[in-house]
Amino acid sequence: MIFIENLQKSFGGQEVLRDVTLRVNTGEFVALVGMSGSGKSLLLRHVVRLMRPDSGRVLVDGRDVALMPRQELEALRSRIGYVFQSGALFDSETVFDNVAFPLREKTRLGESAIRKKVMEELDQVGLADAEHKFPAQLSGGMLKRVALARTLVRAPEIILFDEPTTGLDPIVVNSILQLFDSVHKRRNLTGILVSHEIPEIFGIVQKIAMLHEGRIAAVETPESIQRSANPVIDQFVNGKTEGPIRYQN
Amino acid sequence: MITYCTRWGAWLVKKLAHLGKCTVFSVEAAICCVTPPLKWDRVVKQIWFIGWKSMPVICLTAAFTGMVLALQGHPTLRRVGSEAFLGPLVALSLIRELGPVLAALMVTGRAGSSITAQIGIMRINDQIDALELMGLNPVRYLVVPNLIAFVVAMPLLSAVFDVIAIFGGYLLGVRVLGLNAGAYFGEMNNYVVLHDILNGLYKSMSFGALIAAVCCYKGFNSRFGAEGVSTATTQAVVDASVLILVWDYLLTSLLN
Repeated sequence: MIFIENLQKSFGGQEVLRDVTLRVNTGEFVALVGMSGSGKSLLLRHVVRLMRPDSGRVLVDGRDVALMPRQELEALRSRIGYVFQSGALFDSETVFDNVAFPLREKTRLGESAIRKKVMEELDQVGLADAEHKFPAQLSGGMLKRVALARTLVRAPEIILFDEPTTGLDPIVVNSILQLFDSVHKRRNLTGILVSHEIPEIFGIVQKIAMLHEGRIAAVETPESIQRSANPVIDQFVNGKTEGPIRYQN
Repeated sequence: MITYCTRWGAWLVKKLAHLGKCTVFSVEAAICCVTPPLKWDRVVKQIWFIGWKSMPVICLTAAFTGMVLALQGHPTLRRVGSEAFLGPLVALSLIRELGPVLAALMVTGRAGSSITAQIGIMRINDQIDALELMGLNPVRYLVVPNLIAFVVAMPLLSAVFDVIAIFGGYLLGVRVLGLNAGAYFGEMNNYVVLHDILNGLYKSMSFGALIAAVCCYKGFNSRFGAEGVSTATTQAVVDASVLILVWDYLLTSLLN
């Protein structure tokens, strides 16, 4: 279980996260939505201690991530998969080598066992025939799939997706979200998905949390959020230009 | 006046803070160098990139440096009737100072800038964060191979620079200006001692460590976007070049 409690984070006097509290139960898949620049990715980075909070805490299975000693943090990180918005693939390595990378570096598996596992994961994301390609030769959707394969090959229990479908066409967005859904169901993963893909995400997550002005404005089910009387949620979910949310073109 | 002093003070504090952070970063890298596991395949790859791929630029600059030294030194020595000392003049200038310093400056421009840009792009594309989340120490993975490679490659490049430059001086002094070949090499043999050669090699090794530390640190601390990486690359080359010259002065004072 992930529990974020009263988390605050500022940069140069500007408060980005003011008082964020969010609970993600084991096996639950939660979407984190909000305006661009509202701090969604920043919040996700706190879960794996790529950032430390100014105050508040992030608990994973009851342990405060910010206070973990190095070894415990490494053990936690080995249980968490993180799919970056950019994919964060290594440019100079092929698709196969990218996916094999964590196995070669962090396990004692032989090359044949690594090949078997990597090809299984690439097959699952539909890219078994792209193993020799380099990241620069892949489309946006393929990059995200390889990034997912590299994350899944470590068999994480928790998975964090940071805007994995941004900039992709609707068909590819749906195919990737379906892939996430099938992976989540098959492996019973706990997950947080940062996304702007409304309403596409409604079908794959159990809860939707909206981050607004540094706080979680609401946590609702996909069904209830669509009927929400909260004007902030109504404006965001329905993409209205008029309402309480101030935005810049 | 007070405003000027405040600004200057703030600039100085900022620079000192960077220097402190860079020192901590370098110490962490140095500790990783002597503790397993080491990525030897990456070390070899970086030696090839830093050392072998810098050879053309090193050879070219060395040849012209040697020729310029001979061209400038010959008329001055002839005025005092000491043309025979052209060999020691060229050799000692190169082995003690110019070889290590110029080789380091050339390698900073060619390999150091490239490494800063590469690490900077990895930073802005989240690849360094990805390494960390995979349980790998990015300093061990990215900096240590470069640090070892620079420390190994720089003395070799410096030695190549010295040899080519001395040969460049020979070509101009002996073949063009008509100096006796025996005098050129014979006097060199009399005046250049092992101490000079070792000092030059020690200097090169320390320059290698300095280039690796500055260039990797700047790459690691790149700001976001293409402009951030380009600024980091420029700063890395400028800072490393200035530090090479300052460090050379300090070492020369200590070693002589």
